[in-house]
Amino acid sequence: MFAFILRRVLQSAIVLAVVALIAFALFNFTGDPVTFMVGQDATAEEKAKLRADLGLDQSFYVQFAHFLGNAVTGDFGRSLRQSRKVSDLFKERLPATLELSFVAAALALVIGIPAGVYTALKRNTLTAHFLLAASLIGVSLPTFLIGILLILFFAVYLGWLPSFGRGDTVALGWWTTGFLTASGLKALILPAITLSLFQMTLIMRLVRAEMLEVLRTDYIKFARARGLTDRAIHFGHALKNTLVPVITITGLQLGAIIAFAIITETVFQWPGMGLLFIQAVNFADVPVMAAYLCFIALIFVLINLIVDLMYYAVDPRLRVERLATAQ
Amino acid sequence: MNESAPLLEARDLARHYAVSRGFFKHKGLVRALDGVSFSLREGKTLAVVGESGCGKSTLARQVTMIERPTSGSLLLDGNDVAHADVAARKKLRPRVQMVFQNPYASLNPRKTVGTLLEEPLAINGTQPRRARRDAGLAMLAKVGLRPEHYRRYPHMFSGGQRQRIAVARALMLDPRLVVADEPVSALDVSIQAQVLNLLMDLQQEMGIAYLFISHNLQVVRHIANDVLVMYLGRAVEYAPKDDVFARPAHPYTRALLASTPSLAAGRRRTRITLTGDLPSPLDPPSGCAFHKRCPHAVARCAIEVPLLSTFRGIRVACHRVAELNP
Amino acid sequence: MPLLDIAGLTVTFSTDAHQFIAVDDVDLTIDEGEVVGVVGESGSGKSVMALSLLGLIDFPGRVGARRMTFAGHDLRGIGDRERRDLVGKDIAMIFQDPLASLDPCYTVAHQLMEALAVHGTERERSSRVARRTRALELLQQVEIPDAAARLNAYPHQLSGGMAQRVMIAMAISCQPRLLIADEPTTALDVTVQAQVLDLLLRIQRETHMALILITHDLAIVAETAHRVIVMYAGQQVETGPLPEVFETPAHPYTQALLAALPESSRDHARLQAIPGVVPGAHDRPAGCLLSPRCRYAVARCHRDEPALLGPPGRGARCHFRLDAQGHPTGGWALERRVEAIET
Repeated sequence: MFAFILRRVLQSAIVLAVVALIAFALFNFTGDPVTFMVGQDATAEEKAKLRADLGLDQSFYVQFAHFLGNAVTGDFGRSLRQSRKVSDLFKERLPATLELSFVAAALALVIGIPAGVYTALKRNTLTAHFLLAASLIGVSLPTFLIGILLILFFAVYLGWLPSFGRGDTVALGWWTTGFLTASGLKALILPAITLSLFQMTLIMRLVRAEMLEVLRTDYIKFARARGLTDRAIHFGHALKNTLVPVITITGLQLGAIIAFAIITETVFQWPGMGLLFIQAVNFADVPVMAAYLCFIALIFVLINLIVDLMYYAVDPRLRVERLATAQ
Repeated sequence: MNESAPLLEARDLARHYAVSRGFFKHKGLVRALDGVSFSLREGKTLAVVGESGCGKSTLARQVTMIERPTSGSLLLDGNDVAHADVAARKKLRPRVQMVFQNPYASLNPRKTVGTLLEEPLAINGTQPRRARRDAGLAMLAKVGLRPEHYRRYPHMFSGGQRQRIAVARALMLDPRLVVADEPVSALDVSIQAQVLNLLMDLQQEMGIAYLFISHNLQVVRHIANDVLVMYLGRAVEYAPKDDVFARPAHPYTRALLASTPSLAAGRRRTRITLTGDLPSPLDPPSGCAFHKRCPHAVARCAIEVPLLSTFRGIRVACHRVAELNP
Repeated sequence: MPLLDIAGLTVTFSTDAHQFIAVDDVDLTIDEGEVVGVVGESGSGKSVMALSLLGLIDFPGRVGARRMTFAGHDLRGIGDRERRDLVGKDIAMIFQDPLASLDPCYTVAHQLMEALAVHGTERERSSRVARRTRALELLQQVEIPDAAARLNAYPHQLSGGMAQRVMIAMAISCQPRLLIADEPTTALDVTVQAQVLDLLLRIQRETHMALILITHDLAIVAETAHRVIVMYAGQQVETGPLPEVFETPAHPYTQALLAALPESSRDHARLQAIPGVVPGAHDRPAGCLLSPRCRYAVARCHRDEPALLGPPGRGARCHFRLDAQGHPTGGWALERRVEAIET
């Protein structure tokens, strides 16, 4: 078990280093940030001086090594646009994105899994047909369109919910939370639904498909032949056996929620990391972009690690072999 | 039992697999096939009998040249395919064909019967399309299917018919040897009889030799000339069919025979029921692999591996064969 | 009174376009302590019949019967709750593939104890310790070596034979009065198959439960059962005591099935195969279902469906029931000759 974690951590480190290299390299060739920073009428000398100050006159490799060395300590340098430390910018924006993603993921799971189970068990009821048809819309409509439609309906027509921003927040140390104020919670509703809708329908359809598959297996037939209650069969046996693929996809989707928050954050002007990234792209703000990509890679790697560990909790076939190895 | 040179001859054939047992452990070695010798003449049937893990499927993979044996030699028509280079093996490969157990899984569902039959010719030969089609249709008739079946897909056939198609495809390249891996195990009794009849008719007509892998001793008794009984990668008895069934010499062969249900036996007699499970090939018992389940095992059996040696004209691997067969 | 008494059992699966009769008018009575073999090829309806006894036929399947009682309880139209009180307790069933029939996520102990918590004695239902003790006892009863250690094993750590023993232990955990074994040894190796059959029969003798042994293997039935029911395409074509039925089959299908066994033919001779295939959902012939494949079929067979007739307990569904020499009776020779002249 320990060996397994060690191996995964090593693999993760390599993945992160490669992502960092790609991110850094890509952005290095996307444009010259100095041109954006100084005015049209700046002289060549002024540009050169700025370049030297920022360390942009050094070779690519030196720049990268420098970047990597600092990145490990959490220092991604200064934003070229806002001339503030990237880490401070992240600190400021991270809570907004994480809170939004967390609520969206929770919504997706809390609604998606029961809906999947329901549509699998009661597959010929009207409700099941309705849920399936509705989920098709969730899967096929693009996120930004759903966001705009929700704003149109709930914010513009009905005026119940705010159309943009995060509402009032409360600071807890450096963390700012919207959970503690009424306006913060209200502001969260529309973006969270927008962000979760796709994942929710995906999880529902996945749970349904897996559940139908498991319900056909011999061990379910045998469980029924032993006179167990439907509850025990459906939730004790069937649902538990659907969990492995569900965990896999859900884990990856959780990463995707954070990464794809970009679109939702743009639509709702949500002051999170995604919005920060979009603004950075417009400005060729290399440190911010690189840091963001590294951050997303880190999230994916972490989630994958957790997913792998969860397999062991759920599927004894893996657990036992691993234990045998570790003896 | 040898007049002419055998079509297929295995000498000390072995195939070992390295298996990973985990991050910190040494690689394990599975001796899936461990020194097996036999020979098979043209137009004859050698049945390979044994239970899970006995190495019969590994043997099939060596003979069909899907894999290369770890050691030993395998002579096909006098050519050692174990040591032949890639080109030579490629040239010899069409002479050995295979029929699998599950006719539902071994035929590509997206191809018509015609395509399935013509495919081996298209890949291995240079015949024009017309000739391939004629050959395919002729083979279809030979296995008892009708010309209108030629354009249909495998799912439109019953299990028995699919196995006929599988047999037909195996015969398209006019092989000398067909390896049949449990070819009738998945079929119903009435259909099983049809396919067995077909296999025997084709053998008579075309002089094909069969390496017939089966766990069903009743079927083996019907179709085989010689029988090779295997246990955990080794041959324990190798003898003409009549000897094996009338005078099984090895305790394992006896147990197999006694365990096989039979109509003639009528109400259940007291049988030599073996205790215990089949051993794992990953962790084989010391000495004779069978000693832990053998009712006749003595101390020597746990230490020394018995070699296949001649006993009254047949080959048996048992330390106590003389005592047990007075 | 027989333990299980069924008359006119019919199971149909209907889709919008078609109706498929999986089990067609089957009568079945089983006494306490009796071993009855049910043989038939795939598609003969033998497994569906067994599942219908347990109430495990799902939509779109429909089960109907003129009479269907178990130990005095009417199984027809019985509620889920009542059925659960019977199924798993008084009627148990085991299946073909033991490894697939155990839930891979739970230990052997968990799965054994689960049913005890529902169907066990009062003590077992209330006490986890009592359930665990009973679970261990059961594993010992099915002769699993090192039973205490196996309690904590997961199914994938068991061999096929071991898993089948565990499944048997689970099935007998609440002392059923009827055990239905659906191809219990088909997935096992020959020597292990013999062990498991011996075990099943030993338990059957010791507990005096009734055993329905469903299999495609005539030889297994010949060696184990007191009575046999031969099924073909959902119908019961012959029934009677053993070894009588196999020695002097009264139905041409039983005769042909026995003759098709390699065991029945001499060395290398051609086997007596039955031509054609079992009729499927959409090609059920008129008249006798066997008529397209029957060597004795005459015009009447293609026209009229025969009924299961014969002395009590020795029925055959044939117009021309075979005599002790294996020849058709009831004027068959005459009808055949008339046909020959007409054509």
